[in-house]
Amino acid sequence: MFDFDYSFFLEVLVGGLLSGVMYSLVAIGFVLIYKTSGVLNFAQGAMLLFAALTFVSLVERGVPFPLAFIATFVVMAVLGMAIERVVLRPLVNKPPITLFMATLGLSYVIEGAAQLVWGTQVHGLDLGVDDTPFEVSGILISKFDLFAAAIAATMVAFLTAFFRYTRIGLAFRAVADDQFAAFAVGLRLPRIWAIVWTAAGAVALVAGLLWGARLGVQFSLSLVVLKALPVLVLGGFDSILGAIVGGLLIGASEKLAEVYIGPFFGGGIESWFAYVVALVFLLIRPAGLFGQKLVERA
Amino acid sequence: MSTAVVDRPASSPWRIPAWAGPVAVLAIAYGVLPFLGGSYIFEAILTPFLALSLAAVGLNLLTGYAGQLSLGTAAFMAVGAFAAYNFNLRIHGLPLIVSIALAGFSAAAIGIAFGLPSLRLRGFYLAVSTLAAQFFVQWALTKFGWFSNNNPSGVIDAPALAIFGISFDGPVGRYLFALTIVVALTAFAYRLANTQTGHNFIAVRDNELAAKVIGVPVLKTKLLAFAISSFMIGVAGALWAFAYLRTVEPAGFNLDRSFEILFIIIIGGLASIRGAFFGAALIVVFPLILSRVGSFLLGGLFDSGVLDMSQRIVLGALIIVFLIAEPDGLVALWDRLTKGFLRSGEATRKS
Amino acid sequence: MSYLSNLRKAALSAALAVSFAIPLAASASADEQYFPLQSYRVGPYAAGGTGFFGGFIDYLNLINIRDGGVNGVKLTWDECETQYEVERGVECYERQKSHPAIAAWNPLSVGIAYAMIDRITQDKIPLITINHGRTDSTDGRVFPYVFPLLLNPYSESSGIINYIASKEGGVDKLKGKKIVVLYHGSPYGKETIPIYELLAQKFGFTVDQIEVPHPGNEQQSQWLTIRREKPDYVVLRGWGVMNPVALKTAQKTGFPADHIVGNVWSNSEEDVIPAGDAAKGYVAITTQASGAQYPVLQEIIKTVYGAGKGNLEDKKRIGSVYHNLGIVNGILNVEAIRIAQQKFGNRTLTGDEVRWGFEHLQLDQARVAALGAKDLFHSINVTWDNHEGDGRVTFQQWDGAKWNVVSDWIAPDWALLRPIIEKSSTAYAAEHNIKLRTPADAEAASN
Repeated sequence: MFDFDYSFFLEVLVGGLLSGVMYSLVAIGFVLIYKTSGVLNFAQGAMLLFAALTFVSLVERGVPFPLAFIATFVVMAVLGMAIERVVLRPLVNKPPITLFMATLGLSYVIEGAAQLVWGTQVHGLDLGVDDTPFEVSGILISKFDLFAAAIAATMVAFLTAFFRYTRIGLAFRAVADDQFAAFAVGLRLPRIWAIVWTAAGAVALVAGLLWGARLGVQFSLSLVVLKALPVLVLGGFDSILGAIVGGLLIGASEKLAEVYIGPFFGGGIESWFAYVVALVFLLIRPAGLFGQKLVERA
Repeated sequence: MSTAVVDRPASSPWRIPAWAGPVAVLAIAYGVLPFLGGSYIFEAILTPFLALSLAAVGLNLLTGYAGQLSLGTAAFMAVGAFAAYNFNLRIHGLPLIVSIALAGFSAAAIGIAFGLPSLRLRGFYLAVSTLAAQFFVQWALTKFGWFSNNNPSGVIDAPALAIFGISFDGPVGRYLFALTIVVALTAFAYRLANTQTGHNFIAVRDNELAAKVIGVPVLKTKLLAFAISSFMIGVAGALWAFAYLRTVEPAGFNLDRSFEILFIIIIGGLASIRGAFFGAALIVVFPLILSRVGSFLLGGLFDSGVLDMSQRIVLGALIIVFLIAEPDGLVALWDRLTKGFLRSGEATRKS
Repeated sequence: MSYLSNLRKAALSAALAVSFAIPLAASASADEQYFPLQSYRVGPYAAGGTGFFGGFIDYLNLINIRDGGVNGVKLTWDECETQYEVERGVECYERQKSHPAIAAWNPLSVGIAYAMIDRITQDKIPLITINHGRTDSTDGRVFPYVFPLLLNPYSESSGIINYIASKEGGVDKLKGKKIVVLYHGSPYGKETIPIYELLAQKFGFTVDQIEVPHPGNEQQSQWLTIRREKPDYVVLRGWGVMNPVALKTAQKTGFPADHIVGNVWSNSEEDVIPAGDAAKGYVAITTQASGAQYPVLQEIIKTVYGAGKGNLEDKKRIGSVYHNLGIVNGILNVEAIRIAQQKFGNRTLTGDEVRWGFEHLQLDQARVAALGAKDLFHSINVTWDNHEGDGRVTFQQWDGAKWNVVSDWIAPDWALLRPIIEKSSTAYAAEHNIKLRTPADAEAASN
């Protein structure tokens, strides 16, 4: 460690930042729902699995790529609306923990249904992006990760535009600001929720495809939420910008920690390091990076 | 959470004394059950039920009474299990019951450490930060071979159960062992809920600022809640390892277990000691019934994969239905049922 | 209202009573041998579970349909879902153990197997942990009823190093080589750390062991470290999703797949298919070759699947790694019964008698060929004190569509490993006050 290898450091840093983008992708789905419904939607992972599994099963049955994408999107939209109607609406005004538990139950239902319909086999998913690395002045960069980052950036731009320039987006922001006020001025909350859940389903689809291409489409896909949670804590549950910056910070710091600090503990510290980073940060700034500073009662 | 109230025995028109219910339950648990049934009912249902109930009582003190949401329950169980193992292994002549008590204190210490963030964090932020405990403890127990006596596979074997020379081996013995510990700690929890400390818990849960104004030491109260809760959960972990599985590996105390115990207190009823037992009964027994009935009725029609997947769906759906239809938990349902029963009984007598 | 709820309550308790009465209704007929299957067809490891238990059931079905059982003794089984979770496995054990005529337990889960060791030793029924399990249970003097058949984790490590040596042109060529072991951050992953250290010392190569935290869906930092160290080989001791991610990340960091050697939990189709092209050239150890060209598989296809009784839903999976492991597991279980029958008679045997059968489970290559399994697996030679049975290993390479065998049958250095195993098993014996068995103890079988 005495002769410090800068290019290696940079390589780890870049790799970490790009991994962080993947975490952000999952985290954004949480943020959308948290902002409007005040619920930490644990079923996001199951939705991701469901989307990826549906998509890959359709492709394997010979459905062309774009058609499969649209069909899966429709399925996710229906799923989102069904969740709103059957689960969320009856639970309006219940404490957040109840809603959280409901999403846990929901994740059981979705995981079970996904595997019941499409089977438990694992699938490969090829998005047509070759994952061969290329070198920039001695630093290895993954083509796939760049591709994923580009998709993530596009998606964020799209979501931002949607929420800034459309009527529904305006309503969304009103609800996120103050549910009761929004309700009082006549916004139809159920409709907005349905749209937000659909949007979260779309995010799950995109994240599911990118993660599915990395891990293969299988049950473990639902575990990627565990990577997104510290990102959310760091960035704030209610900030899309926070999810992105948080993802980058978590990705970079956990990779650097694993490479440079890990060996002193025998390695494998990545599983909890992200949480500790988030925790330490929170103790300094309890609302996260960009979260609204409010005293929240559980 | 703020809707839940303190659990009090329902006042009944017959004026059954308040102690009658618990005494009857104890009489059945000690006097009837041990003479019933084969080993299956003890090994597969009652003993895990007791361990999970105790963990749920512990979590309920923290989450239901003191209002601190925790997702690290399984980690504290793991601390309890491995600590009990190590005290028993490394200090010769230490009575098993002392090892288990020390394990509880170890879990309490870890609980306080991971409870520190609660001084600044609330709600889901706190919940997610307790996940740090979940992952850190599992990592540490796997990483350092010392915890599992350098067993190459990291799996520990439980010692034979004995207190003061009385052996508690065999299914019924292990059940009685677990039962006695659970009864003692549950009694303690009941007592605690009705002391000033218990009231402080609720005050902190319902309105932290108000609690501070009326002179409740908020920080101390929160840490105390973490300590007591983790103590019970730690002992529950030791029971899970020693009385139920009789072997234990860190992977057994994963996030799913934490969620399971959270399910128990939600379904059973927040801020209710009895609720923990109701919830645990449902979580232990329901999947078994489902799989039995499922394979019995439909076994011929579908292969077991389909059946098991459907069970998962049904279990998830049941949780949602419960949250919608009975938000105060099984305990509220039970009280309504028994009250209704008693009232109808009274009505028939009068007529 | 209350009347209705009471009615509901009554209905629920009736359902409860019925559901617990069901297992008691099942009972054994005159001559049968029962296999309780703690299978897992749901959850993260469902792909492995459906393959293994599918193969096992397919072989049992073959014996029943083709031969009418083992010398007239019908084979029966039922499944209990564990989702690979220990406490569900224990519940299944408690549920299934009351069934009469149990031949052996086959959980295919390290955790469940551990939880059962005490229990089945008391019951005197064999516990089979083929290709996995507790390494020191190889010592039959201490663990009379536990059989890590074919390959324990230590032999696996030695087999992998011997393969690398053969590729390099002899064990002397290992000197100065560098090998990285990438292991899953669990007790399973850590188990072989001392063995690789020992082998490195013995053969003079350097070894660096790197942990991947569970579940292993992110390995960027580990593979960048590997890239910096430039090892000659990477040994992959993965599990579940960790395997395809390792292969993908290796490609991403420019490490060639044909210099990655996987262990027995990293050797199935499920481990490579999700990695796509990144898995091409990847090599993995196995005790049983894959493919459906072996006579026993052809018979299963004809007799069992032909009769519509095949267990795999997707026929493409016939001959896959886990399916074939299940079939080999079936062969070993059935042959143990057959061998025990020669001594005790063609009837329902007790668990202890089947244990005797396993302890005389010696199938040479001729016998393996007669069973239609030539080249499917090599041979086995279990004795009263060696419960592993000196299984040979072979190596298979993934070509993007299927596995191809690329090595001979390789023998691990059993003699080198035995003292370490005995050290651990005798320590266990001392801790649990177990008296070491003698050959005479092993010969006696209670009924």
